Amino acid sequence: MSDAILNIENVTMRFGGLTAVREVSMAVPRGSISGLIGPNGAGKTTVFNIITGFYTPTEGAVKFDGQDITGLAPHMVCRAGISRTFQNIRLFTNETVLENVMIGCHVRRKAGWWEAPLGLPRFKREEREIREKSVNLLETLGLARLADERSGGLPYGAQRKLEIARALATDPKFLLLDEPAAGMNPPETRELMAFIRDIREKFKITILLIEHDMKVVMGVCEHIWALDHGVKIAEGDPEAIQSDQKVIVAYLGEEYVKYAEN
Amino acid sequence: MNSRTRNTVLNCLALALLGAFIWWAEGNLDGYKIQVLNLIAVNAILALSLNLIYGFTGMFSLGHAGFMAIGAYTCAILILTPAQKEIMWILEPLIWPLSVIQTPFFVAVAAGGLLAALLGLLIAIPVLRLGGDYLGIATLGFAEIIRVVLTNLDFITNGALGIKGIPAYANLWWNYGWLLLTLFFIIRLVGSNFGNVLKAIRDDEIAAKNMGINTFFFKVVAFTVGAFFAGVGGALMGSLVSTIDPKMFAFTLTFNILMITVAGGLGSITGSLIGSVVITVLLEWLRIVENPLVIGSFEIPGIPGMRMVIFSLALILIILFRSEGIMGMREFSWNRLFGRFSRGGDGA
Repeated sequence: MSDAILNIENVTMRFGGLTAVREVSMAVPRGSISGLIGPNGAGKTTVFNIITGFYTPTEGAVKFDGQDITGLAPHMVCRAGISRTFQNIRLFTNETVLENVMIGCHVRRKAGWWEAPLGLPRFKREEREIREKSVNLLETLGLARLADERSGGLPYGAQRKLEIARALATDPKFLLLDEPAAGMNPPETRELMAFIRDIREKFKITILLIEHDMKVVMGVCEHIWALDHGVKIAEGDPEAIQSDQKVIVAYLGEEYVKYAEN
Repeated sequence: MNSRTRNTVLNCLALALLGAFIWWAEGNLDGYKIQVLNLIAVNAILALSLNLIYGFTGMFSLGHAGFMAIGAYTCAILILTPAQKEIMWILEPLIWPLSVIQTPFFVAVAAGGLLAALLGLLIAIPVLRLGGDYLGIATLGFAEIIRVVLTNLDFITNGALGIKGIPAYANLWWNYGWLLLTLFFIIRLVGSNFGNVLKAIRDDEIAAKNMGINTFFFKVVAFTVGAFFAGVGGALMGSLVSTIDPKMFAFTLTFNILMITVAGGLGSITGSLIGSVVITVLLEWLRIVENPLVIGSFEIPGIPGMRMVIFSLALILIILFRSEGIMGMREFSWNRLFGRFSRGGDGA
């Protein structure tokens, strides 16, 4: 794993007396689809929040593409090329599908806000480009026919997809998906897996996802880290994780494993 | 003719119509009706500025009266003649150079807006780290501080005596001119992708941060621009009523503006315009309930402040039964108006 796009180095996160994440190190290979798994409360979302700048880790460092992004504000992390979706969908519900994606495009624009009332040429050109880029993105992801719908009124699956579309509008190099398959039925899940592979190819990005649905994790991820109680207990390819004793114990409990062995 | 040229033509027509109406009104309406028309324009400016802060960016701010006071005092001091100032400041003389400066009305109103914006900026930086109700309380406190400071700066504001005889430059042309300027600025800003960014901050600040939006910066921008137009509105209001004193800028003033904005529709420019027309007219019309009323053999004595009671009830009813206001978040557009008549025509 010589070429890692993201390096998490000995990161510890304490909230008062509670240690949510303890000395975790990860190196996410460039261009891969990787997974972060663990039982509820293992610290997976905390790791996401550390990467995206919502938490500054108590100890350790996060390096992205050779740049130290530890403690950078969330919008600066996004500008550096990291984007994410949320466990419970967070769309801009009063805005249309197209506007949601256009908001994602904002981070790459150069014009200042004061150019809007003045109607300067650079501002007008950028407005046009943002609209075109957003329409194209919606077409690529098969959301074009919903462009003028209010995003809060979309069906669940489309909201999940739109959240990914909005994240892609920020031109990320690295995309974090927090439980993308939550609440989906098996056909939707299969479609999602194809969708995730598809966007990696089309947008040439690295993807790291948190997921409880093992079919998704084992189906799309090339590399997996397993967390339990804030500690990294295993890492490797799907086969290695599936047969890892510590992972099985974390998910099923020691009792059950002993029972199954007998 | 495509829809874009059509809209430009229609906008020009609407402007010409407004101009013709003002020209007609000046010659044919009595002073009271003209005053109501003036108030509508000033209230619309104030409602739009609050809508930018509260309706579009989601910052619950109750500091509008403070910004209006700054605008009104700045403008009044700049347009009074040096002779008037020498007579009026009896507690302490007005300090030099304010005592000798006199500027044209446009410059004075713009200066009022700019000073309000500067103060808005100073307040925004510490206060906008707060959210929700806390922001409301903090801004309310700041507006009150401004009022107390104005009461005590005798050598600038003439203290509790206030300023009288402010030249009544704020006629229909000036008021509607400034309203159009405000409208132009806010429509351009809100209609662009920067407007989407402001709405994103209102809808979900955490998601907005993750999408690379410097939420703090844009909140400060919206707050400062809102404060600017509140200052402009205050400046025009001062010239319109010709007398200002610190008591005028108490919380009820903010409440009136808030009522217009909420009743019209938070996040709707059209709503703020409709709201200011409806509420300004109703507030004047409801004066009859404060007069003695004779029904049959009963005579109800006039109760001062009765119309505010009725208005508060109206606001409660609006919030109970139509919490999104008259317009909700919708806007008027020529395209939609014509879409209704010719479906599937030339489109957007």
